Amino acid sequence: HIATSLPLPSERDHLRPRIDLVVFMIDIKSKYSLKNVEASLAHVDASFFLGKVCFLVTGVGRVNSCSIDTSAVCKLGEAYCSPVLFCELELEGIRVATAQRLLRMLEICAGRIPGVSALSFVSLMRKSDDD
Amino acid sequence: EKADPQKTAFLLRKAWTLYSVTPLYGFRRARLSDYARLLGAFIAAEKQKGLAVEVGVELDIKVALSSLAELRGSELDQAALLVQLSSRSRASSRSSEDKPVWSGWFCSVFGDDLSENVPEHFTCLPLFLSHGAESYTSLVGSWFQKTFDCCFRRLAISPLNLSWMVAMWAGCKLDRAASAVELAFSVPRLSQPLDISYAIHPEDAKALWDTVQKTPGEITQEEVDVFMDCLYAHFHRHFKIHLSAAKLVKISTAVASAHCDGIVKILHSQYLPGVLMLLTELAISQIQ
Repeated sequence: HIATSLPLPSERDHLRPRIDLVVFMIDIKSKYSLKNVEASLAHVDASFFLGKVCFLVTGVGRVNSCSIDTSAVCKLGEAYCSPVLFCELELEGIRVATAQRLLRMLEICAGRIPGVSALSFVSLMRKSDDD
Repeated sequence: EKADPQKTAFLLRKAWTLYSVTPLYGFRRARLSDYARLLGAFIAAEKQKGLAVEVGVELDIKVALSSLAELRGSELDQAALLVQLSSRSRASSRSSEDKPVWSGWFCSVFGDDLSENVPEHFTCLPLFLSHGAESYTSLVGSWFQKTFDCCFRRLAISPLNLSWMVAMWAGCKLDRAASAVELAFSVPRLSQPLDISYAIHPEDAKALWDTVQKTPGEITQEEVDVFMDCLYAHFHRHFKIHLSAAKLVKISTAVASAHCDGIVKILHSQYLPGVLMLLTELAISQIQ
């Protein structure tokens, strides 16, 4: 399910399936997308931040079009205890690899991988970031 | 501050195309006249090969290389190196008839980040600025690349860096009446690309920056963000357009103007070292 901002319209709440993972997409070329994500974060229930949220920064292939300070995005990830992934959607290989990675995360968050919970997975990712 | 305004006057009010240059190997300051002769011969040879630069009147290209000791940040920086190409029509032989056709200069202003890590025999002049026909730029560039084993790359300026520049330069104190602060945006992914130009009264821009900046002489990313957000919010209030979603492509202030393709024009000699220091930093980060 894709939305341009949060909160989601309440009229369709009863029709919506359970949400297992929220991916916030930030376009490195658009400061507006970062502001939009920051504003939307306030509408997410705190329980999601136990491993069911991740930030996806797109457009990183074009360094010369960068409008966002990437360290600010990393700080956002730290503040919300959620991983930050960087990708370039215009390159097919990276697009496919990123999709597979997100799918894997989704499987974990939906409880489909025995022995790995969303919380244990995200703390594993954070440990490797610190290294 | 030591720069003699007479000597550096030629730098002002010209559109310079920016490049980053990796350190030059085996460059010796004492050999400038030799280098000028060799470069001149190279250009003449390339023209003979048919890489004609100008069709029509046969022109001899004279090359002059000189050092600009004043153009540097500290004693740790190399003095700037100026390359000038002038043409003399074969019809006349008087040197007063030399017409400058192209100029380029290498410089380093507080480029310690690069020079402190470089081995012996390497000269660090990471920023290159050229003015004149692209064909001459590529001839001079090829000669330097072959002779000193260095690499030139066009220096693009990201919207993030352009916003630093406009915040810094809009806040500069100027004794003369300043020109407007202008921001140019492009919105590409529409059926017809839209270009937006946003002009701000220079005193308003400076007043805004003065309320944002906390420590004089120091600028943080947060302060630049607040400054830009104020400008974007003001524009949105009037036109309902989110400039933060568009691409900032060019900025102009009374101090200098800069375009994302890596073209700058420096308008005020007082701030020349500051502008060059920022550009040197960008060149070094492109190299590393």
